[in-house]
Amino acid sequence: MSRVTLLTLQVLVAVVCLALWQLLSTVPVFGKILLPPFFFSNPVDVFAQIVKWFSSGVIWKHLGITLTESILAFVIGSAGGVLIGFWFARQPLVAAVFDPYVKMVNALPRVVLAPIFALWLGLGIWSKVALGVTLVFFIVFFNVYQGVKEVSRTVLDNGRMLGMSERQLMQHVYWPSALSWMFSSLHTSVGFAVVGAVVGEYLGSAAGLGYLIQQAEGIFDVAGVFAGMFVLSAFVILIDFGVTLVERRLLVWRPTVDGRG
Amino acid sequence: MTTPTAVALEDAKVAFRLGDGRVYTAVEKAHLTVAQGEFVAIVGPTGCGKSTLLNVAAGLLKPAAGSVRIFNQPLAGLNRDAGYLFQADALFPWKTALDNVAIGLEVRGTPRSEALPRAQKWLTSVGLGAFANRYPHMLSGGQRKRVALAQVLIRDPKILLMDEPFGPLDAQTRQVMGNLLLDLWNADRKAVLFVTHDLEEAIALADRVVIMSAGPSSRIIGDWRVSLPRPRDIFEVRLDKEFHALHREIWSVLKDEVMKGYAQSTQAAEAV
Repeated sequence: MSRVTLLTLQVLVAVVCLALWQLLSTVPVFGKILLPPFFFSNPVDVFAQIVKWFSSGVIWKHLGITLTESILAFVIGSAGGVLIGFWFARQPLVAAVFDPYVKMVNALPRVVLAPIFALWLGLGIWSKVALGVTLVFFIVFFNVYQGVKEVSRTVLDNGRMLGMSERQLMQHVYWPSALSWMFSSLHTSVGFAVVGAVVGEYLGSAAGLGYLIQQAEGIFDVAGVFAGMFVLSAFVILIDFGVTLVERRLLVWRPTVDGRG
Repeated sequence: MTTPTAVALEDAKVAFRLGDGRVYTAVEKAHLTVAQGEFVAIVGPTGCGKSTLLNVAAGLLKPAAGSVRIFNQPLAGLNRDAGYLFQADALFPWKTALDNVAIGLEVRGTPRSEALPRAQKWLTSVGLGAFANRYPHMLSGGQRKRVALAQVLIRDPKILLMDEPFGPLDAQTRQVMGNLLLDLWNADRKAVLFVTHDLEEAIALADRVVIMSAGPSSRIIGDWRVSLPRPRDIFEVRLDKEFHALHREIWSVLKDEVMKGYAQSTQAAEAV
């Protein structure tokens, strides 16, 4: 299938869905509106809301807050995950001692921590960052741990025979291997950083996309809820695109899935 | 005047503790010396512990009994005089071919600005001058072996340990690599310990061919001198009469061991 056909079909799906939504929410079928506007709003109103946000400029402040929280959560969570992951992988005893606790904390649905963080850190950005960190940390931690553990025996022996000291093995073998595992989960961890931020905002805040959605919901402004959702997905897609670019630069040495490089 | 001994395994015994507590003896009592400038090939059936012996010479494994001497010094820890060419891919996948070769020098503190041009020279001498910026996954199996060879040789080790280095390659590529190895070796004649299961390859390359019995508890059961003239060409040498005579002679001994090794491996498979 050519690119143009594919793109046309993709756009067509959106057009059909939006058209159906618009029709069913405004034109009665057998004397009944199938998608009552109170619950479903309609695409025109949602679009109008989005335009209003952007033209008045209110949205930028909220986007900025959510972005800041996501970035902070990602950076802090990744740094912690890399450090602890490395430490555990190189010190099997420490890993064995902490293993049940790591599993326990990881098994906990992170949302329940939100009230605690709100209590401890207030309603500002840090309670959201903390929530994001608990999500990002474990993804990065497990991947780095795995990356250090699964360094090829032969590559390691080769490093030793080439005369590498422990420090040089760290720099030239363990570190790149751990990073490659971490980057392979980059999409997931960045996604979770955003999830942490938005969920945190939704549960209690004064700014951000989650706050915007929560406010709209509070006054039964369904158009506002949908508008918030659309802006949020566009926001995540943009970030994901950025991650793909970074990944392409950093992982040039990795074979692509089809093995042809 | 006798040439100094580069590697000496004196009654080396190698044993592993298995998971269930039993002890598995891979090599019973191996006595083997490699003189300076000598190319020695170890041939044996699958699972006879020839790679194990090589790891002992490299210092990656400690013998359970006996001793290892490198240039008459007892070996403690890793063998710092040796370069090791592995059977499996051992290049750093996150480094380009050039960086993979240069790392051998950088590790010992050579500045990068000096290491890179020398690495480029080595890549050229293994025929990969134009592939400096490729990552290992973009190279063929044979090309990766060439990079690995350059990576080892750039450090100018006094001893070369090679563990079926051309094993994973196809027959033609193996011969081309064999000739490349001989050309490079001819330049400064390092001591080489070359492990292979291919008797023809062993005779074509080496000064001495050592045969090991089928494992476990394998021993060295034969030692032949190969007096074919050097420099040799792998393609040509196989047509030589002397080559054939030697091959027949060694094979008559090796054949029984190969059959034993094969029988043992099938029994083991049935037991599982």
